[in-house]
Amino acid sequence: MDAILLQILNGLDKGGAYALIALGLTLVFGTLGVVNFAHGALFMLGAFCAVTFQKILTISVKVKDESVTFFDAYKEVPYLEIWWGDTGLAIIDWAVPLSIFMAIPVMLLIGLLMERGLIQYFYKRTHAEQILVTFGLAIVLQEIVKSFFGANPIPTPAPDIVAGSAAVGSWLGLSDNIVYPYWRLIYLAFSLLVIFAVFAFLQFTTFGMVVRAGMSDRETVGLLGINIERRFTIVFGIATVVAGLAGVMYTPILPPDYHIGMDFLVLSFVVVVVGGMGSLPGAVSAGFLLGILQSFASMNEVKSIFPGIDQIIIYLVAVVVLLVRPRGLMGRKGVMED
Amino acid sequence: MGNNIVLDIAYVDKSFGGLQALSNINLQIEEGKTHAIIGPNGAGKSTLLNVCIGRIAPDRGTVTFNGELITGKQPHEINQAGVVRVFQTPEIFPELTVLENVMIPAFAKRDGSFKFNAFSLLSDETDIVADAEHVLDDMGLLGQSAHVAGSMSRGDKRRLELAMGLVQHPKLLLLDEPTAGMSRADTNATIDTLKRIKERGMTKVIIEHDMHVVFSLADKITVLAQGMIIAEGAPEEIRGNPKVQEAYLGESTDE
Amino acid sequence: MKMFKLSSKDMMLMLVLSAAVLTMPIWLVPFGAGYPDLMQKFAIFGLFAVGFNILFGLTGYLSFGHAAFLGVGSYTAIWSFKLLSMNVLPAVMLGTIVAGLFAVLIGYVSLRRTGIYFSILTLAFAQMCYNLAYSVLTPITNGETGLRVLRDDPRVLDNMFGVVQEGSPVGSLFGVNMQGYPGFYFCAVMLLIGFFISLLIFRSPFGMKLIAIKSNQNRMRYTGFNTRPYLLIAFVISGMYAGLSGTLMAVTDPLAGAERMQWTASGEVVLMTILGGMGTLTGPLFGAVLIKYFENIFSAFNESSLLEIFSFLPEPLQHFVVTIVHPFVGEGWHLTLGALFMIIVIFLPGGLVEGFGRLSKKFKSKPTQKSE
Repeated sequence: MDAILLQILNGLDKGGAYALIALGLTLVFGTLGVVNFAHGALFMLGAFCAVTFQKILTISVKVKDESVTFFDAYKEVPYLEIWWGDTGLAIIDWAVPLSIFMAIPVMLLIGLLMERGLIQYFYKRTHAEQILVTFGLAIVLQEIVKSFFGANPIPTPAPDIVAGSAAVGSWLGLSDNIVYPYWRLIYLAFSLLVIFAVFAFLQFTTFGMVVRAGMSDRETVGLLGINIERRFTIVFGIATVVAGLAGVMYTPILPPDYHIGMDFLVLSFVVVVVGGMGSLPGAVSAGFLLGILQSFASMNEVKSIFPGIDQIIIYLVAVVVLLVRPRGLMGRKGVMED
Repeated sequence: MGNNIVLDIAYVDKSFGGLQALSNINLQIEEGKTHAIIGPNGAGKSTLLNVCIGRIAPDRGTVTFNGELITGKQPHEINQAGVVRVFQTPEIFPELTVLENVMIPAFAKRDGSFKFNAFSLLSDETDIVADAEHVLDDMGLLGQSAHVAGSMSRGDKRRLELAMGLVQHPKLLLLDEPTAGMSRADTNATIDTLKRIKERGMTKVIIEHDMHVVFSLADKITVLAQGMIIAEGAPEEIRGNPKVQEAYLGESTDE
Repeated sequence: MKMFKLSSKDMMLMLVLSAAVLTMPIWLVPFGAGYPDLMQKFAIFGLFAVGFNILFGLTGYLSFGHAAFLGVGSYTAIWSFKLLSMNVLPAVMLGTIVAGLFAVLIGYVSLRRTGIYFSILTLAFAQMCYNLAYSVLTPITNGETGLRVLRDDPRVLDNMFGVVQEGSPVGSLFGVNMQGYPGFYFCAVMLLIGFFISLLIFRSPFGMKLIAIKSNQNRMRYTGFNTRPYLLIAFVISGMYAGLSGTLMAVTDPLAGAERMQWTASGEVVLMTILGGMGTLTGPLFGAVLIKYFENIFSAFNESSLLEIFSFLPEPLQHFVVTIVHPFVGEGWHLTLGALFMIIVIFLPGGLVEGFGRLSKKFKSKPTQKSE
């Protein structure tokens, strides 16, 4: 029982990342009709926003280390510490959460540039061409990041105060053995919050209403005289920000490297397909579902029965879903069916 | 009637959502005849054709072709059985040449639904080319046979559609408004072509709005309205039928 | 015999191509590409792209999983070296056949869907193969280390016929070691055979039907064709080409690793095909050669060689140019590759062959008959 709860918890934070990426993918697909293979790269860019922010905060100067008295020693001291002392150190400690404030405008800008500069010319081209051009863009983005930050994963720790683990078990009145890193709980809460915000935006604003109408029937919305294309740019920007935020907050869980985006992209596509192309609730629920499934598949008890199942479970589910229920768990009939 | 029934549509129902597109359709097509199905827009004519070629599965009822049940069969099986449909909006292969567009159905007729002839050369297929060119000549398209089909005019595409159907020498040809959108001259040329096929004994079902076409070709007419058959008979009978005039003819004879 | 039935134009093409490929060691010298390792790559990836084009170019089905067949071919070949013989013929045959069997399985399932769903299914299968090769299949694939041929492998056939090799074992064809130039010529012959088969398919009724499926698959069904076996055969043929290419990699260098199966490797063959021109006969071969050539050139550069190249510029400008160019070469070759990918798709979706066609048309300025 404890093990099961722990696996569910383990699956949820990864599932949250899948859900956030898949949410943007399917939003872009449903409204713009574009298959974006560069969406994983946006997740990666978000993660590197956090890295950059941390780097900026820790810009240092060499000063003499007074604690060493035998000889002249120097140490790097961040300007922030020199200027503001402990407050400065606290800011550095909180680099990852704080970098959200930088990531939102940066990602929005990237999204707008990408849509205006490239994606808009591909609305009317074939899906194959969309896949190819965004695949090329993904390579370009990750190689640029690689040339700036190198190929190795960069550690970006969470604030000290949440570095430990939460005694989730005793909170729930279960076994004390169930402990779980705070940051992962925060990630889960954060992803739920973002998902909720996106849904609320689509549900309760006029803008969102038009976007939803566009997702279900683009032609009719066009006939109503609403210029849906102008809103595409903003939708794309939202998807970019969501993917970026997912990346920012994931850095303490997995130190980012330049190809983290590609790894998540393939999985997120699978998530979108399982959830149903163009279905937002489908993407979110499939994201969490597959995260949990993956976590169960990596239990030793399961692996001893089906060796290697943890490596392929997600793909296996995708294949089965595509064959048995081609429109996915929650997809509408007629979307992308031949 | 003593005549052979080629196509037997029995008790066919089909609804889309709440809309009853076809209700209890019973229709027999006799061998060698040209059978026209007319009716106002939305009467269910195209749905009926789609049921016959396996594009739409009926909710109830059967379609039998030469004694063989074809409801539930794959489209390619129905085609191979000898039922060929000519589409209203041209469904051609836009990237291929006009000649190739006609060669493809000729291959289907000769080779069946699948043949792995990857190691024979196209240039050796003189019979297929001759067949295709013959039909193109018939339709007056031979001069364009090297053109890319997608670049043809709409009227020529319609004639290409017809050529693609005819090259298969079908036992039953289903024509969906073969002259819609054509000029008067093209329409008359198409009527002539269709008359010539009739002399060869090919059975045809025609959906048509143009009464000039209908009355020049049809041996028998069925009138559909709101998914139901409201009249059936020889052209003279239909012309005089007050029910039909009320439902349909009165408003569109001058179309 | 069949060759003589080809039109004289195709005969000419085949002859010119054979001459060009077999004389590569001579005419590639001025381009700095006349050494066997690189030319082997030209032939192997050319073959891969020519085969991929039979699926992608003719039917329009975009597979993102063909690298899996490449990997399967490599592993099979190495196992044939280990268990049977260092002779390359059994390896070539087994590698191609086993990859073909994989293609039947994966193709049968994937082809139940079209469009982007097909792409994602092939991607999913390839990722499964890749992940499994790294994990539970380690006894077969030797995981991250890669599978290599050892001196004390059983090699049943070699022992039976008393074939002995000195030193570390390499692939051989009846005593001729398949490394260096002999290896290149072996790959070149395989490429020419593969190209010839592809030419036959292009000129056959079967090929025309595949193009018609790309053009309007629904219409094909109403025209009386069962399209699925056509697609499956195209898929399996292209999978076998990929398997053969993988085998040849193992033939020229008896080592197989899972990174060959990664989906970015599948992306590379897509790029080769569209760079040259998808659906054109010679385009994919061009594309493969160009990419491997520039990969070789670009990845060889480093900062100092760049400084040398641009030494004719005044110094500040020299450093500026080098700073701009540097990220695109050496380690950054992939950046060039990605940018190239985008440029081709954006500006020249028909590929180089179409681009040349357009250019030559402009020069001749003849009335265009075959254009939309």
